[in-house]
Amino acid sequence: MNSLDKSFNVRDSIASLGVLAALLALWWAASHGAWVSRVFLPTPDATVASLQEGLASGDLAAQTLATLQRMLLGWGLASLLGVLLGAAIGSSPRLRAWVGPTLEFVRPLPASAVMPLAISIWGLSGGMVLAVVAFGAMWPVLLATVHGFAAVHAGHREVARALQLSDAAFVFKIGLPNALPDILGGLRLGLTVSLIVSVVGEMIASQSGLGQAILLAARSFRASELFAGIVLLGGIGFTSNGLLALAERRLLKWQQP
Amino acid sequence: MGSLRPRLIRGLRPAVLPLLMLALLEAWARTTGRDSDAVAAPTLALRAWFTALADGTLLSATAFTLLSAALGLALGAAAGVLLGTWLGLSRRAANAAFLSVELLRPVPSVALIPLAMLMFGFGLRLEVSVVAFATFWPLLVLSQAAARQVEPRLLEVALALQMTPARRFMHIVLPAMLPRLFVALRLGVAIALVVAVTVEIAANPMGVGYALMIAQQTLDPALMLAWLFWIGAVGYAVNALALALQRQVARRMGEPAP
Repeated sequence: MNSLDKSFNVRDSIASLGVLAALLALWWAASHGAWVSRVFLPTPDATVASLQEGLASGDLAAQTLATLQRMLLGWGLASLLGVLLGAAIGSSPRLRAWVGPTLEFVRPLPASAVMPLAISIWGLSGGMVLAVVAFGAMWPVLLATVHGFAAVHAGHREVARALQLSDAAFVFKIGLPNALPDILGGLRLGLTVSLIVSVVGEMIASQSGLGQAILLAARSFRASELFAGIVLLGGIGFTSNGLLALAERRLLKWQQP
Repeated sequence: MGSLRPRLIRGLRPAVLPLLMLALLEAWARTTGRDSDAVAAPTLALRAWFTALADGTLLSATAFTLLSAALGLALGAAAGVLLGTWLGLSRRAANAAFLSVELLRPVPSVALIPLAMLMFGFGLRLEVSVVAFATFWPLLVLSQAAARQVEPRLLEVALALQMTPARRFMHIVLPAMLPRLFVALRLGVAIALVVAVTVEIAANPMGVGYALMIAQQTLDPALMLAWLFWIGAVGYAVNALALALQRQVARRMGEPAP
């Protein structure tokens, strides 16, 4: 990223825009020339029209807002729980030895695989989806926080002991700043996971949102509405990732040489 | 050198927490939760697992999921590594592609499930295409970084020997990137498996994810738990294998594993 920024000049940005325009032109030609069936590749103009219509009528805007809210709420819960639990587990070597292997074992489990279990416990509700979103997005945050706290330099631990810092002071003055890069990485991964699980949850549990909207659009062969939904989901992913990357750069400024 | 008993305790320590939770679940499911439609005793889940193993559904569903994940990863990785290597070697190409990559990359892979359903219907191709899309982007980004770190002198040697681009790629660039590529591939394996199961849960009526969904919908909590544990175990095993492979490659290529 950084090395790219340095060498990024006007000519490069024109080339970058050119490639994007070429891709859009290819889409336009492929759909208007019917190289690919219109059933699944709508024209760009039809997609834009669907997007405008949906946003103007308020349907698409409401669904976008619902998905966004689900994602952010789940992510917020996951981040809070993940950092708290991770700090507790990470700062105690004894706890780590008992709990760590179990955490590693659950890590590769797909979050969406927990959804059937959640459905049978809570039924097809928005709360159920939110719980699974929070559960899925918590793992990356939790494991990153554990790692960050476990990796506190031995010298720093000695300093804390010499200064007779309390446990709480150790967490806030040494542990948390030390784990911040890891935590921010985990938060970013967690945000991606929470968007994915929100969409899957809306598809399975028929909760209002973009996930349900694109599934219904596909079932009724309304390709332009399907693409409008995909564009909005891409927009959510792009914006949330970008904002978090900005926050990351600002929060980690002290680290850079 | 500790005596036998402390070492034994240390060796068993990782298993204590899961066993405790299983025992609690067993006790609850056999007493107050006996009539639960949601949760069953782990011993009943184990029995359901053996039944599924005996009637062949376990193996056929697992084979389908692993096959789709592998095919999707192969497609996504091949495309991602080729494009990523090119972008990594040519700064101009990287800058030109920058905007398009950054705009397309954050599209959540599951958003493409309905589109893939329209294009391919249910079946192998639906799952493979979504897995390929999901694995393409991380492999693109990571192999771009790997290619950027290829020793420039090696590339100069290739130029001096007047190698064709294909030979240069096969004999110089690819071997130099290999350890890093396997790190990327390990990540790809994890993503491929998660996405394959997710596609089955959300849409595709096949594989382990669908078996899990059906067990829930037919209110068979023992079978549902059996599938859930099985998915966890398969995921753990596949990830452990991928990690072992990556470490092996790193050792062979003389680079310490990251």
